Amino acid sequence: MSVRLFVPCDAGALAVGADEVAHALHSAALARGVEIEIVRNGSRGLYWLEPLVELATAQGRFGFGPVTADDVPSLLDAIIADKPHKLSLGLVEEIPWLKRQTRLTFARCGVVDPLSLDDYRAHGGYKGLTRALTLTPDAVIAEVTTSGLRGRGGAGFPTGIKWKTVSQTSADRKYVICNADEGDSGTFADRMLMEGDPFVLIEGMTICGLAVGATKGYIYTRSEYPHAIATMTKAIEIAKSAGLLGNKVAGSDYTFELEVRTGAGAYVCGEETALMESLEGKRGLVRAKPPLPAHHGLFGKPTVVNNLLSFAAIPFILDEGAKAYADFGMGRSRGTMPIQIAGNVKFGGLFETAFGITLGDLVDDIGGGTFTGRPVRAVQVGGPLGAYFPRALFDTPFDYEAFAAKDGLIGHGGIVVFDDTVDMSKQARFAMEFCAIESCGKCTPCRIGSTRGAETIDKIRRGERVAENIALVEDLCGTMKLGSLCALGGFTPYPVLSALKHFREDFGPQQPRLQAAE
Amino acid sequence: MTPVYETWEAARGAEIIAEHSKMEGATLPILHALQETFGYVPEDALPMIASALNLSRAEVYGVFTFYHDFRAKKAGRHVLKLCRAEACQAAGGDALAARAEAKLGIAIGNTTADERVTLEPIYCLGLCATAPSAMLDGRLVGRLDEARIDALVSEAQR
Repeated sequence: MSVRLFVPCDAGALAVGADEVAHALHSAALARGVEIEIVRNGSRGLYWLEPLVELATAQGRFGFGPVTADDVPSLLDAIIADKPHKLSLGLVEEIPWLKRQTRLTFARCGVVDPLSLDDYRAHGGYKGLTRALTLTPDAVIAEVTTSGLRGRGGAGFPTGIKWKTVSQTSADRKYVICNADEGDSGTFADRMLMEGDPFVLIEGMTICGLAVGATKGYIYTRSEYPHAIATMTKAIEIAKSAGLLGNKVAGSDYTFELEVRTGAGAYVCGEETALMESLEGKRGLVRAKPPLPAHHGLFGKPTVVNNLLSFAAIPFILDEGAKAYADFGMGRSRGTMPIQIAGNVKFGGLFETAFGITLGDLVDDIGGGTFTGRPVRAVQVGGPLGAYFPRALFDTPFDYEAFAAKDGLIGHGGIVVFDDTVDMSKQARFAMEFCAIESCGKCTPCRIGSTRGAETIDKIRRGERVAENIALVEDLCGTMKLGSLCALGGFTPYPVLSALKHFREDFGPQQPRLQAAE
Repeated sequence: MTPVYETWEAARGAEIIAEHSKMEGATLPILHALQETFGYVPEDALPMIASALNLSRAEVYGVFTFYHDFRAKKAGRHVLKLCRAEACQAAGGDALAARAEAKLGIAIGNTTADERVTLEPIYCLGLCATAPSAMLDGRLVGRLDEARIDALVSEAQR
């Protein structure tokens, strides 16, 4: 008999032993004289089940997980004998956690072989580009504008308007940059997609290139993501040999080249102007805006800089039409958001859903609370620059405006869950410390404010003139918020002030129950 | 797997620089390539980069020192990076980091006296749903607990 299995090559699955499982499957199959084919797919994003092994059957794909190398002999025996196994999860598509999602951007992630162009096409790939090539560039941009897509990096600026601005400039050279510098803790959607469905990004950026008249694109990602870099680079080679990149894209008159560039451990390079400085080969110092990158971007040329998730939404919008995308969501937040649930959580992973779901549903219902089994005390939404939310705010719907109204932000869609052992003054101090480590140093509020902030919170934690020092931190946060050049200094106050506002009892002389881990 | 690096030779360095110097914004790709080859960026390479790219030495030095990744000297034989960001903190990463520091007898950011292990912080490996996580010489490890961190530390010490 012949068996077709899927074992993810996603970094999150590799970190918990997916390669060992694949090796064990090969040797167990050899020992049993069974012919076996193992496809290394991306992750479905159900990380508590990783490594998630899937078996292709006539009824669909059956899941088993989390599988360790030690489980493999019994698992393969069960598969051969068509008997149940203790790790059996049934049909993967029927797992409620996955079934409840609306997967538009992540429709193929975990399903296809990431580097198979045939597989990509068989699952609807390149239909967006095919349609875009039948439209005028203006019509493509109009489609993106009508879809209501807003920048998925966090700022939420309408993508169509950014594209229009660049398309209206005239220049000898324009650029498209994908910001895949996903440095926020609690986020991994960009990494998952680059490892699990790289062609969707290539297609999205190609559509952007032809719409705005750019011939060169860069994907700027992180050195911390070696697997994503390798997969993305190979995918670009494959697309190039298939005539989908380079001169005469897909037989048209458009030219579009694509290249992956790797950062070097600087968080601030996720800020678009610092990113462009870095791409130009300089220190990642933030630029003052204006001029906007759309007018004066990479090497001084008009440049579209979008988040990876924004580009990855484009093929669906062009293929299914703007309305199909805009039909999802609430208020001014249209479409879906790939939300990442992480930290101390029972069922962590990627949950793509329409805007509007409440924070409480995401944490308690979908996330299942903490894996330590203790009560959830706080969640940080939107990365290291995002606010800490207490349970009292769990009715907040996931939406750009609703989060802003509660002095928070959704950022890149990461949610980090903390249980009741968390010391919130320590988290506030970390926010300042992180800003101090990562500050590019160009503006004073961020460069000096962050260090003074960490020192002052230390004083509060030691019990020195607590009320006065809290007032000082609040005042300093105001200065950083209003006086910083970019979101690093400007948004560091979010975690600090939210911790102070919602968890004031943690600010003062350290309680004996709170243990310092450092 | 211990990474194997070449010993610095100016001619080899010049070859690497020449390979990349026609790229747009070549400084970072060159620094990465040099570090991948030699395990660090030799000081002698900086003026060579400057002259190849028509930049001042100060500019190249400025870029080299700005980014956390680039090393001025070789790391220990093994590099153990522990994720210190929020998702790993929430999952108990602080206590595990303290445990690794105690076992190795060094604070994060240092190399053991026998030059076997360099212990470094990393701010997010993107494995936040299988936290806490670490990277030993490029190999990722998630769902760390006391037993796993002990095993990683002993592996690094070998």
